[in-house]
Amino acid sequence: MRLFSWRFIRMWQRNGDVFFRLWHAEVPGFVAEPVLVLLAMGLGLGAYVGLVDGQKYIEFIVPGIIAAYAMFSASFECTYGTFFRMEYQRTFDAIIATPLNVEDVIAGEIFWGATRSLMTGTMILVVAAAFQLVHSPWALLIPPVCFLEGIMFASIAVVFTSVVPSIYSFNYYFTLFVTPMFFFSGVFFPLSSFPSIVETISWVVPLTPAVRLTRALVGGELHIGLLWALVLILVLGAVFFRIALVTMRRRLTT
Amino acid sequence: MPDEAWCQMVIIKINSLTKKFKDLVAVDDVNLEIEEGECFGLLGPNGAGKTSLIRMITAVSPPTSGDIWVLGGDLRTHSRQVKAALGVVPQMDNLDPDLTVLQNLMTFARYFNIPKEEARRRSMEVLTLFQLEDRCDSQIRELSGGMRRRLLIARGLINMPKIVVLDEPTIGLDPQAKYLVWHKLTELKSQGVTQLLPTQNMEEASTLCDRVAIMHQGKVLTVDAPKKLISSYFGDEIWEIEVMAEERDKVVNALESRGLEYESVGAKIHVFHVETDESITGLVGSVEALRRRPATLEDVFFKLTGRSLTE
Repeated sequence: MRLFSWRFIRMWQRNGDVFFRLWHAEVPGFVAEPVLVLLAMGLGLGAYVGLVDGQKYIEFIVPGIIAAYAMFSASFECTYGTFFRMEYQRTFDAIIATPLNVEDVIAGEIFWGATRSLMTGTMILVVAAAFQLVHSPWALLIPPVCFLEGIMFASIAVVFTSVVPSIYSFNYYFTLFVTPMFFFSGVFFPLSSFPSIVETISWVVPLTPAVRLTRALVGGELHIGLLWALVLILVLGAVFFRIALVTMRRRLTT
Repeated sequence: MPDEAWCQMVIIKINSLTKKFKDLVAVDDVNLEIEEGECFGLLGPNGAGKTSLIRMITAVSPPTSGDIWVLGGDLRTHSRQVKAALGVVPQMDNLDPDLTVLQNLMTFARYFNIPKEEARRRSMEVLTLFQLEDRCDSQIRELSGGMRRRLLIARGLINMPKIVVLDEPTIGLDPQAKYLVWHKLTELKSQGVTQLLPTQNMEEASTLCDRVAIMHQGKVLTVDAPKKLISSYFGDEIWEIEVMAEERDKVVNALESRGLEYESVGAKIHVFHVETDESITGLVGSVEALRRRPATLEDVFFKLTGRSLTE
């Protein structure tokens, strides 16, 4: 089993450089869209929703939107983005001919995907705070949680990317995996509103623990059960990270 | 110790190297020694195994069996150190289209951990070398095919490599750009940089390479200096005889009885190793049908790999 070295930072820097050259093209998707969804659902739908504890609906969905768009950022970056660099631009081929190995390149991709999650989550948090929708200082822990969540989703995405034949395969990934999580992980409604079978399934899909964590941090209601959510994110992240290194080595070096 | 001195000259040593894909043996038990400072050509038809061999030497693809030593280090255990001393110029353009010309070089230098100021200095140096210094801030898509290829080669030199691997460096270039590249590669050789040059261009191999290996179906058939290969297979010249169909048998019989080596190539017959003009005159009625020309590396290539398509 090969591991990555500190040289992964060079791949991460490369992606960062490109992002900050073209950042204006990325803003609509990862800042404007979540804010629009937050306002539309929170204010529009929120007007018809009464929560049992008297919380405003828009406050209820803020942490879910943060976790969900952190997921989208890492997922897009490490599916379409990674595939594009790998297959169309042949960027990885050029880089693995330098002292960077495949593992460094892939670790750089995953850490960059996680960085995107962190940036997205932080931006939404700042906007939400400006609207006075965040009340607990624990919310300061949301960026690192987004980063860990990003490692997990970036790793899962890279594993998928390492086996797909073409860019069209990502339709399956988003339609069958990412989008369902957006609706069934407690972002917009408490999981208890679903039939028990859906609720059971939703406990094991990776977005659920992320939403639980962000919700607890925004509300300042920490309890020991959150440890399970954190462990789930860390374990899924570590497992898929390692698988990604192996499957990508296979794809890039045969 | 002459033996030891000789060993130090070998910069790439390949020992019974084999690469297998599912049903295909791409590289079949290859042994090669490339000497420090030489330009070594790798010739062979498509599918001969050149690319697979190069991918293994550049530590991008692992061998199925066999060993590679580069700069005295075993590639299995020293791939990072070896790659740090290699300059790889791929055939397929993999410049980073998200970055400008200068950013491409600066970013590439960073993969080699070259400090920023040094990277900028070297970037300008290689850009000037390939007459691209005016294009620092251009987007990659604004460059012509020839400029991109020059930039690819320039990028391959950013780490001041001891060995450069150039896969078809002049494919698709106009004659001016081709000669510029050849000239720069010759300069680079005079600075002691070893060059490994897979190419289909026989003129290029004859012009640049000290030695060439001809590959076919995964095997290395022969290794020598282009001139030596030509003279050992054909002598200095080839006589071409244009024969009518009805004359063919008569001419072939005469060649056989005179003990001359020949090969039928379409409507022509090629005759090799002709010692004296007398030995070949009088074979055909008209003098126009008899023509002699210098033998080339391409003749050797055809002789060894056949004239039919291999894939």
